[in-house]
Amino acid sequence: MAYIPHTDAERAAMLQAIGLRSMTELFTDIPEGLRFPDLDLPPPISEMEVMREMRSRAEGNLDLDHHPCFLGAGTYNHYIPATVDDVLRRGELYTSYTPYQPELSQGMLQAMFEFQSMICRLTGMEVSNASHYDGATALAEAVLMALGLARGKRRKIILSPALHPQYRTVVETYLRGADATVADAGDTPGGAAALEALLDDQTAALVLQTPNFYGQFEAVERLAAAAHAAGALLIAVADPISLGLFQAPGDQGADMVVADGQPLGIPPSFGGPHLGILTSRKAHVRGLAGRLVGATSDAAGERGYVLTLGTREQHIRRERATSNICTNAALTALAATVYLATMGRRGLRRVAELCYHKSHYAADTIARLPGVKINPQAPDHPFFKEFVVELAKPAAEVNRILLAEFGIIGGYDLGREASDLEQRMLIAVTEMNTCAEIDQLAAALRHATA
Amino acid sequence: MAEPTVYELSVAGRQGVDLPLLDVPESPLPDGLARADNGLPELAQLDVVRHFLALSQRNFGVDTGFYPLGSCTMKYNPKITEELARLPGFARSHPLQPPETVPGNLALMHQLQQWLAEIGGFAAVSLQPAAGAQGELTALLMMRAYHAERGETGRNQVLIPDAAHGTNPASTAMAGLDVLEIPSDSRGNIDRQALRAACDDTVLALMLTLPNTLGLFEEEIAEVIDLVHGCGGLVYGDGANMNALAGVMRPGELGLDLMHYNLHKTFATPHGGGGPGSGPLGASDRLRDYLPGPIVVAKPGAALEAPEYAFSTPDKSIGRMCTYFGNFGVFVRSHAYIRMLGAAGLRDNSYHAVLNANYLRVKLRELYPVPFDRLNMHEFVCQGRPEGSDVRALDVSKRLMDFGFHPPTNYFPLIVPEALMIEPTETENKETLDAFAAAMGSIAEEALATPERLRTAPHETPVRRLDEVQAARQLVLIDPVTGRTAVEG
Repeated sequence: MAYIPHTDAERAAMLQAIGLRSMTELFTDIPEGLRFPDLDLPPPISEMEVMREMRSRAEGNLDLDHHPCFLGAGTYNHYIPATVDDVLRRGELYTSYTPYQPELSQGMLQAMFEFQSMICRLTGMEVSNASHYDGATALAEAVLMALGLARGKRRKIILSPALHPQYRTVVETYLRGADATVADAGDTPGGAAALEALLDDQTAALVLQTPNFYGQFEAVERLAAAAHAAGALLIAVADPISLGLFQAPGDQGADMVVADGQPLGIPPSFGGPHLGILTSRKAHVRGLAGRLVGATSDAAGERGYVLTLGTREQHIRRERATSNICTNAALTALAATVYLATMGRRGLRRVAELCYHKSHYAADTIARLPGVKINPQAPDHPFFKEFVVELAKPAAEVNRILLAEFGIIGGYDLGREASDLEQRMLIAVTEMNTCAEIDQLAAALRHATA
Repeated sequence: MAEPTVYELSVAGRQGVDLPLLDVPESPLPDGLARADNGLPELAQLDVVRHFLALSQRNFGVDTGFYPLGSCTMKYNPKITEELARLPGFARSHPLQPPETVPGNLALMHQLQQWLAEIGGFAAVSLQPAAGAQGELTALLMMRAYHAERGETGRNQVLIPDAAHGTNPASTAMAGLDVLEIPSDSRGNIDRQALRAACDDTVLALMLTLPNTLGLFEEEIAEVIDLVHGCGGLVYGDGANMNALAGVMRPGELGLDLMHYNLHKTFATPHGGGGPGSGPLGASDRLRDYLPGPIVVAKPGAALEAPEYAFSTPDKSIGRMCTYFGNFGVFVRSHAYIRMLGAAGLRDNSYHAVLNANYLRVKLRELYPVPFDRLNMHEFVCQGRPEGSDVRALDVSKRLMDFGFHPPTNYFPLIVPEALMIEPTETENKETLDAFAAAMGSIAEEALATPERLRTAPHETPVRRLDEVQAARQLVLIDPVTGRTAVEG
């Protein structure tokens, strides 16, 4: 076996050193009747065979390299510069553990420090943790943090109706263990007044997504001011690509900004691993979940980096920790770090511009089709890279035709969220979609809805 | 010499990658929403490459050298699994594609669910939890729901041995439950007298790490589980240390109600500098309906040779723990690993993981006291203070770096003073173990002869010992440099 180096002679010598005669004697503490079961697993195969088998399985899938894709809804097809995977494949980095021993982990620690720095600047915030599992769990932690900061005096959380539905369900699952209620503004998206009306002296936090699930910008400044007037916090879920060009929620008054960092150099990978981004104000840093890297100096006065404020964390504080998180998403955070350094100030702005202009071109083109409405839920609200199309037919049926006849992976069928939305499709357009693909999509939609 | 940060390297006007020209007409930007500066640094591509290469050279991974970090299972991560996870069909598929367009992904997930259930001895598995700690939280929420459905809402105590990982009590608090700590006895087992006293109708569950963090298998495990079940409580297995047991026993057969697996430990996926991992959860028959969904099920009626799969959420599911289906890219790696090893390979892993750990314990015990000196499983705990010296486990750890080794886990478990928790894993050869033992021997000699050499260690690393107190007192969590040194025209 290639992954176990022991020869027969070595095994014998080692057993002798321990004072045993056979390998099975190592397991005498295990109840006898349960030892050495026959497992029903397929017989082992070689690396060469597993490559063949897995390749065949992978090739049975449709993928975004071979099909134009207009599917988003939280996971996006963005360009990943070659620098990203080049760094991710460095064994010194990806086979390391959490950097609890800083003298051997300066590479990861400095990268995390740079991640925190770039994420703070991008979101307009003061503190970022070193990563969370994904955007939805980062939001759930932010909500728990807001409840914690309210010290039991405020137990209500308001979720915008235009929050990603899966984020909502993850928050609800996490709140099963908390003494808190979720207030909902009904199903009218984009209505700031409806959200303001829910704010009261019981509200710990108001949660917004901007651009929201339907791709449209929310009135962050107005709602942050209203939340603060009620003594509540504003938590904003952001799209990190939009922050290359558009205002940061942190600069608009948000107290916490969270995001899924997948668009920042991480492949869709059928939904994971992605990257949770969790930021806060410096005043709240001791209530923040997850790891933090801080700069310090070594015994010779040289600059170095360490994990810091560990007294918030489970391995020190146990049941009084701010969260149970241990394993996070360090490697996908590294991907985002390399992505942001590569794109830089101009590159990320350019990516956001390409998304904005191409998606608006797509919306304008599709709007000319008969019987189609763009963003019927809030026609005058500006959007970033995603928009809703109301069709004359169920979106599921249209998508089937797009795929079967044109090889296009269509937008997200909103009927999967609510049956009265079955004729609506959420279309995402990124820098990866060419003008020709967009024109082809419009033609295919015309055909499919005729 | 310190490596400059990306902001220190930034020069206004540079960019690391060129992007396509716009091929559609421009649309006007909405009023008042654009920002002037997104705050990112500006580097050319070669600057980026050299910077991160320099950072990698200031880091230590399993690929660099021996990494005997207890309870972390720092084994070799087969290179082929990195290739497989990057196949476009996997890495470039979208989670919301219609399921019939990703049959390979569903088949892979279904098979992994089945294999993990078989290895662990459980009725069903959900792959959704993103890490071990999230698996624990999931399990606690499920057990809470299970008792609530039976009207037993007074059960809010979770029994946790004092040797447990910190995630156990932290997850318990997040689930809105109370921790009752159970002491260990003189042989490193759960103190059964204390356990017996705690078992009443307020007990929600016992969390049991198997083997425990001392690397020991509970000697009276059947009795421990019976005690908890006897008072109506459930038993949760923390599978973080499963690398001692895969193929050797099926923990579910002990009567565990739930257990999480760490794919990034037992099933050889890389730790990635702290993540991402994956913490699938196995459930017994009576708890399977509470698993988080969606999970993959076989569609009834499909031909045996052409099975079809679908997503389905269990009847009483507690809901979602994360978006989509969990860390699919991690599933691909572990699936391939189990496929390559088979049952015999998994058992061989456990054999050699336990062999290596016992071999090292026997080699080190004369120099570093082992408080529970009996046959251990995949790891053992000794004290990092050689007889007659007053150095600390931290000093020994730092000095090990100068010998080219990553230190063991230190100061954990909390019940052993000056603990060094050593887990060699099965992928290390005898020469490496011997060299490590020799280094520990030299360090023990230094501890008596030249203890300053240890207290000022490390001496050979890119930085010297770092001041953690300063970092916490003068918080510098973002780079003060903004990279805006030149004004653009």
